[in-house]
Amino acid sequence: MDILTAKDVCKSFNGNMAVDHASLNVEKGKITGLIGANGAGKTTLFNCLSGYYPAASGKIIFDGREIQGMSAQKRCKLGIARTFQIAKPFGCLSVIDNVAVGGYNKAKDKAEAYKNARESLEFVHLDHKAEELAFRLNTGEQRQLELARALSTKPTLLLLDEVMAGLTPTESEEMIKLIFKVRDSGITVLLIEHIMPAVMKLSDKIYVLDRGKIICEGEPKTVVNDPRVIESYLGKAGAAYAKNN
Amino acid sequence: MINNKIEKYSIIVLLAMAVIYPVFSNSYMISVGVSILTIALLGQSWNLMSGYAGQFSFGHAAFFGVGAYTSSILYVDFGISPWIGMLIGMAMAAAVGVVIGFLSFRYRIKGDFFALVTLAFAEILRVLFNNTKALKGAGGILIPYKNDWSEFQFENDKIFYIILLLMVILATFVLAVISKRKLGICLIAIKESQSAARSLGVPVLKYKLIAMAISAAMAGMAGTFYAQYYGFIDPTVVFAASISVEAIVPCIIGGAGTLCGPLLGAVIIVPLQELSNSLFDGINGLNMIIYGLLIVVFIIFCPDGIYGTIVKRVKGEK
Ligand SMILES: Nc1ncnc2c1ncn2[C@@H]1O[C@H](COP(=O)(O)OP(=O)(O)OP(=O)(O)O)[C@@H](O)[C@H]1O
Ligand SMILES: [Mg+2]
Repeated sequence: MDILTAKDVCKSFNGNMAVDHASLNVEKGKITGLIGANGAGKTTLFNCLSGYYPAASGKIIFDGREIQGMSAQKRCKLGIARTFQIAKPFGCLSVIDNVAVGGYNKAKDKAEAYKNARESLEFVHLDHKAEELAFRLNTGEQRQLELARALSTKPTLLLLDEVMAGLTPTESEEMIKLIFKVRDSGITVLLIEHIMPAVMKLSDKIYVLDRGKIICEGEPKTVVNDPRVIESYLGKAGAAYAKNN
Repeated sequence: MINNKIEKYSIIVLLAMAVIYPVFSNSYMISVGVSILTIALLGQSWNLMSGYAGQFSFGHAAFFGVGAYTSSILYVDFGISPWIGMLIGMAMAAAVGVVIGFLSFRYRIKGDFFALVTLAFAEILRVLFNNTKALKGAGGILIPYKNDWSEFQFENDKIFYIILLLMVILATFVLAVISKRKLGICLIAIKESQSAARSLGVPVLKYKLIAMAISAAMAGMAGTFYAQYYGFIDPTVVFAASISVEAIVPCIIGGAGTLCGPLLGAVIIVPLQELSNSLFDGINGLNMIIYGLLIVVFIIFCPDGIYGTIVKRVKGEK
């Protein structure tokens, strides 16, 4: 069953189609990957899905409801959470307060919000920094914070935008484990990722964006061997080279 | 409710100073004390909307003036006690705040442009009141003196001082409560990143409007006090840009977005202003020049303000 369906989503900036009739299905309980070269439109598509801005046209169906007209805040209430490619910590709040902002999403009072927050911090192994001011965190910890904040809203669908960017290999390994743990806790994951081994390992299904269009979808192995995908990443010459070697 | 030790001791020291002050003060010193407290109240008002929620206002005179005019017109024309007038004035100021906020946020005006919009509204109100007969025009309003506490009038200025002190305590209390609750941390989240806050389910528009309403009501309260204390208001005084500046300066100097920063800022700048007035007697607008310089110096060299810097240092060393 699909928890999220996007149909012909379009979004343009100053006449440039950043997302061009993109359609995708995210199956419940699975991890779906979204890949594509720099500037392919991945983040833009995420922004349309999460309500950061409305899609120019197209349909987005979440849990059987059309949500394309809803605000980000409302979509969060429904159960869609996201992280940002460039982490956006609330610098002058403590880590626990940062997470509590998300914790209030489904909580009826302060105690419950902070209980959600503490659980999420433990989940991402950042509880030892709970009282630290967020602007003091390093890159890896900021990513963990982003994830904890999103999780504390108690989502059913989690959108992750390059959570491994800027992480050390060990930190990336940890993050991969964490994402599996998120999936195992019953949360559906849609993730954008540049690090191919990571996406290959994590994803049950992969969509490939190229200049705003979905050019390929399928299991990780099929997708990476698809000539269109290779071409999109390496260009025509590169693709020919890859084929001959 | 109190965040940390520094906050606790600062509050105790400031409160003790404020309580002891009138005991040994002559009438000149009381008037200085009233100035300090007025600026402290305006500062706390600005602090909520701009320090905590990050919506930089350059037009707090609009709320101050609406508060002053509402209670004064109700008193002079309808015989309604300024105590009640004050509450109605606060509600009117809050309504003005919500209207300014709604129009601005709806049309996605933010940052410097939002500050300009608030400034423009204050100026529009000044011109409007200046030119509208029904609102007493440029002549302003003289509050008849009655010496009756039930009409917010006191013979002894020390009682005015105490009333104003209670208002400052109330405003600080409200801020302390808010800052520890959902509203408070969500406002700070909005200041830091509106889009991140929104994606975490924070009703951004609603919270910004609530912050503006409470902030404006506080400034409106200060406006009514001003009218009753000085007994005279006119548009050039209560809607003056200098009032808006006096709401900002204590926060910048003391530390915006902190509980005690504006209080400390008020304690510092008013004596400074008095000093400059006595040193350079008769130079008009000198205090504005001093404020301007202070703001520039602080924003460049001490952007967290005095109190804010101390808090950050101590928290960092922990
Ligand atoms: N707010 C914006 N205003 C104008 N153009 C934009 C905006 N956001 C994205 N774009 C453009 O849309 C296209 C897609 O950008 P997007 O950020 O979605 O790519 P991406 O696939 O996430 O890339 P990356 O891998 O670098 O993160 C790019 O050409 C980008 O320049
Ligand atoms: Mg991107």
